[in-house]
Order: sequence, then structure tokens, then C-alpha cells
Amino acid sequence: MYRYDEFDHTLVAERVDQFRDQVRRRLSGELNEDEFKPLRLLNGLYLQLHAYMLRVNVPYGTLSSRQLRQLAHVARRYDKGYGHFTTRQNIQYNWPKLAEVPDILAELATVEMHAIQSSGNSFRNVTADHLAGAAADEIEDPRVYAEIVRQWSTLHPEFSFLPRKFKIAVTAAPSDRAAVRVHDIGIRMRRNEAGEAGFEIIVGGGQGRTPIVGSTIREFLPKRHLLSYLEAILRVYNQLGRRDNLFKARIKILVQQTGVEAFTRLVEEEWRHIKDGALELPAEEIARIESYFAPPPFEELAAEQPVFEAKRAADPVFGHFVRTNVKAHKQPGYAIVSVSLKPEGGVPGDATAEQMEFLADLAERYSFDEIRVTHEQNLVLPHVDQSEVHEVWRALAGQGLATPNIGLVSDIIACPGLDYCNLANARSIPVAQRISTRFRDLKRQYDIGELKIKISGCINACGHHHVGHIGILGVDRKGEEFYQITLGGDAGETAALGKIIGPSFSYDGVVAAVETIVDTYVKVRRNGEAFNETYARVGPEPFKETLYATH
Amino acid sequence: MPLIKDDRLVEDPWVPAEDEGPLPLEPRVIVGLARWQAGREELLARNAPLGIRLTSDQAPAVIAEDLGHFDLVALEFPKFTDGRAYSYARLLRERYGFTGELRAVGNVLRDQLVFMQRCGFDAFEVVDEAALDGWRKAVREISVRYQPAADRRPWAAALRHGGTSDLPAAVAGQQAPVIACAAE
Repeated sequence: MYRYDEFDHTLVAERVDQFRDQVRRRLSGELNEDEFKPLRLLNGLYLQLHAYMLRVNVPYGTLSSRQLRQLAHVARRYDKGYGHFTTRQNIQYNWPKLAEVPDILAELATVEMHAIQSSGNSFRNVTADHLAGAAADEIEDPRVYAEIVRQWSTLHPEFSFLPRKFKIAVTAAPSDRAAVRVHDIGIRMRRNEAGEAGFEIIVGGGQGRTPIVGSTIREFLPKRHLLSYLEAILRVYNQLGRRDNLFKARIKILVQQTGVEAFTRLVEEEWRHIKDGALELPAEEIARIESYFAPPPFEELAAEQPVFEAKRAADPVFGHFVRTNVKAHKQPGYAIVSVSLKPEGGVPGDATAEQMEFLADLAERYSFDEIRVTHEQNLVLPHVDQSEVHEVWRALAGQGLATPNIGLVSDIIACPGLDYCNLANARSIPVAQRISTRFRDLKRQYDIGELKIKISGCINACGHHHVGHIGILGVDRKGEEFYQITLGGDAGETAALGKIIGPSFSYDGVVAAVETIVDTYVKVRRNGEAFNETYARVGPEPFKETLYATH
Repeated sequence: MPLIKDDRLVEDPWVPAEDEGPLPLEPRVIVGLARWQAGREELLARNAPLGIRLTSDQAPAVIAEDLGHFDLVALEFPKFTDGRAYSYARLLRERYGFTGELRAVGNVLRDQLVFMQRCGFDAFEVVDEAALDGWRKAVREISVRYQPAADRRPWAAALRHGGTSDLPAAVAGQQAPVIACAAE
């Protein structure tokens, strides 16, 4: 894992002091709320429906046990004993007191964490593949470059007042677990014909009210040019991005309105001037950061551990867990264990302080001190010895953390929705809770197979509904909550946006509608066909038929 | 409007000119882009220091060829959230090699000063004189630079590998950072 050096420590410490002074000016009345707003927004502090909300960055979703314990401590000491993991691998606290926020930030700084730019119209937390360093299919560990981008994008003097927020995701595997095609910039590591690793650069993807799949503007970028190329993109956007209309201010609109080819020419022209300048990445700096992400001291193990296979065969409940929550590791004999934060009827992504502390202990003992946060709002123990997976499972089960539903119909992404957020039109969490309760029968979930349901409480799409196999969008209709359903979305390497199936459903009717869609899929699918394959083959008609014909 | 330059409040020797009508009699005049484009000959015939003021939708590329005629470029921040002029400033310093006074005008707030300074601004029209203390504090609040910029100070990635460090001296904050000329 990355560790701060004197520069990183100094910057975060100075930022805490700066924000403490800004809060002091607000509390003394020197600043009014309007003047304070842009300052707090650059530190992840939102004013929500009931209280301030503090969003803390978890860079590329990687946490150490010490960091997770500190997050638990903050939840207990400054909040109501829990935190909420978000779709951007961050954690949010919903009830902090303004006067205490500087203290929270100071406590986070002691474990090398911060909330800088976790809101506002600047670079947001850089996200990455949550299986980095563990997945068999990666070319290199993408976190090396996510960390390089994190530093470059922190308090950037030129780009701290962009037209709109800016999200960058990094992956280094062909299987895209970071949704790079629906980010402002997606960075995908690939090899060129000579076999060298570099980056494909994807620009202008995004969700929100105008969902767009991003376009590749450069097929291959040598590593040393990564930052200069990003700077060129941002310089074009900062000057030309629309500032007259909040809803047209994201880079995706600029790319669309300029045209991908013309936009690419602008970037390449700007880059020509700066590519060999001061931003060229020093090879020693890449090597320095790489050294932090060296693999943990794995033992040499047999690829198949007899203990693991025996337990799996002997205990069907454990077998279920393995089937959904355990994945192959690139290191022989190890496994990746996912911890579902989607228990039946639970709030997707919520974890109590006790659960966080428990997982921190577990990671320390079984996973080389590492925990990952996924953009699907679950946690991962990335490096577990196969022969210890059964012990880990039993321990998780004792804490209600062994729900075997990763990737299944009840593993739902949901934004906070109207229960917390002042942008929302409708509730998201209770819809997720009701769906997971409706599909509580595990056997039925296994029979349905992998199916991604994603729920957003408003058009800003924090719940990623556009890329859900089944997407649910809360809308306000004359003061009542309604839900529009889209089908066929996909966040992965075959990224696609879902299409609206028809008229929206009431709060009371939406769960039954989802069930009808799922049942229709199960009925019309052919052997082994995934939801989107069936949808692509049969089109919307069978779903429309069952959803609306009988009304 | 109080003007901060070289870490202190100074009298502003420059006066703005209207877009039309007679020019002010003072020697140092700041004109808008329209007046420059329409009255270039007249302005150059004055044979006196000249400044130009650009709005946030006027990219400095339009005056890149003419920069030799200007002792001052003022860039407007119509509201502090409009960040275009940060890019304009860097382009003026780093690409077009402008070495004269680069002045931030408009909604110039203390919490943005450090960013402005790093992008190459060296003069700031602020709302009130009390802003000077805020400015002195603001430009020293964050000493670490994760990026190279127009202030030409080494960034962390370079300092980590043998570049000369101004840490922790800058942390102590005894001296305001100096804007270096950035012509290439």
C-alpha cells in the first residue's frame, strides 16, 4: 500500500489547519453560508436535508486495517455509529457537527486519509479496479497510476475551479471492474504492438441526466506522458467547457458538441506543447510508487488446497458463499473474498463501527492488512489463503457479514436517495430493501443468476441506474415518488446504457415490476444466457408484454 | 480597488480606459480588447505604457502576437467559480512568455490567491484592504506542490528525486514565493 512521505503528510496537515481556520471564520460569522459553501465543498462537506454530510476519500478503494479502524472510530465518536460506503469507493458520514469536522479531518490525517476535493467542481477521488493486485487478468497494478493521478490532481492550481466535477477511473485489466467508459476520463492500461504497457485514454463518458459512453481519444499513451496528456485534456476542458448551464457543463457535453475528432485534435495540439515539459513522469518516481504496491509476502502454495475443497464439498452453505463471494486469486493457493454489505432488508453500503473494526481485525489476520471498497458498495478481503477461507467465512457469518449474494439480484447499488439527499426526487434505500426482501430466497437468487440492479433517487444517477442490467430511477410526479425502469445497461468493458422500458411505476408497484421483469427473463432465457444477452436477443417486447399488457 | 503586489498594498498606477471616447491623460492606461483591436494605431502612437484587460471568454491567444506591446495583462474572474483565467494565466506565462504584470481582477478572494499565484498572477485587485493579511496567510497555507506550474517551483515528484527542496523553509513561511519569469 502507498504510504505518505513528508510531502504528503505536510500537505494534508496544512489542509487541515486551513480548513480549521475556514470553519472558525464561518462559526464566528466572518463568513456567511454562501461564502463558506465553496470552501467546505472543496473539503467534502455537504449540507444535506437534515445535517452536514462529510465524504472521506478512499483513494482507489484501498484501505489498511489501521485506516478502517480509524473510520470506525470516527463513526462512533463523531457520528451515529455507522458509515456509508459509496459508489465511488468512498465513505460518507451523515451526521457530523460542523465545529467537529476539523477534528475529524485531523484524526483522518493521522492515518493518511483526507476529504480534499471529495465534492465541488474539481477532481474527485480517483477510483480503480477494486481487485487490483489480486486479479489474475491485470497487466500491472493500476493503483500505481491511480496514486500518481491522485497526487497530480490534488489542489491543482489551474483546475480547482472547473466547469463541473471531474471523475477519473483507472483499470489495468481487460475485464473492466472500474467502469472506465462512464467516467470523465477513463484510463485503461493495455499493451502496444511492441508489448510495452501504456494507456488507452477514454474521455467524455458519464452518467447523470445525459448518460454517454466515453470515446477513446488515444489508443496508446506511453506511461511517462500520462500526466501531460491529462493536463492537456483538462486545459482544453477548463477553457471551453460550458459554464452557462450546470447541466451541460460536464466534459462529455463538450466532447459531444465539439465532436470527438475535433476535440481530440484540440487535445493533441495542446499536448504537443507540453508533452516533453516538466510534467514528464520521472522514472524514479514511477519506481518509487511501484515499490509501495509490491505484492505482499505470499507463501508458495499449491494452486488447489485440499482443505478448502473438502470444506466446500462438506458444507453446502459454505459452498454457496464460495460460489458467489470467493474468486480466484492470481497467486496460486490464495482467494479473493468479498464481504457483502447488502444483507436482506439492509441499507446497501452501510457498515457499523463494530463491523468495520471486526473486518479490520480480520484483514490483519487473514488478508495482509488490506481491505478494498468496491464501487458496488461492498468490501473485499483481497488476499486470503484458500485454506483459511472457511475460518474467515465462519467469522463473517458471526457478524452478519456472510451474505452470499455478490453479483446476484439482491446485491443492489443504491444512492442515499430522499432519506438523506436534498437533490433526490424519491427514496432509493427502501426500494433496495424491499427488493432484497422480495428475493430473500437464496435458491431463487441462484437460479436467477448474475443480475445487477442499480437504483438512483434522481437524475444525477449516483446509483448508476443507467448501467444496471435493470436500472431504477426515482422521479417526482406531482409530489409523488415514481420509478422509471431501464433495461440492458452495462458498466463493464461492453459498456452500454439501459433503455427505458415504458411508463414508470409507483413506489408501491416498483418491486412487483422488478419481479415481473426477472420472472420474464428466467422464462424466456436460453441455457446459460445472461440477462443482457436475453434482452439483446428478444428485445423489450416480452418485458413490455408482461409489465403492461395486463394493466 | 486595493491592489496587492509584491506582498504589500500598493497604489495602483494604472487607470482604466472606456471602450470609446477620449483616453485618460494618465500615462498608464488599461484598455479592453475591443479598444485595442479598433484603436491599435492610436494606442501605440501614445508611446506610453499600455495594459490590456481580457474577460473570461477572451482567450489570450487573441493577443499572443501583440504581447510585446503590453506591460500589463489583467484577467477577469467574473465570479470566483469561473476558473478559465487560471489556464489563461499559465498560457501567458509558460507558452507566450509574457513577463509583465499579470493582474487578477473581479471576484478575487483570499482563498483562491494561492492558486492564482501558482498560475502566474503577480498582482491582485482585492475587495478590501483587510484582505492583505488574509493574502499573506493564504499564500503560505499550503507549501506542497504536487504539480509543476507557472511559479516554476519544483513539484514533489521532482523534489523526491534530487531536486532542490524549499521545504520546510516555505512551511515556515518567512518569505512570499517569488514569481519567476517563465519564458521558454
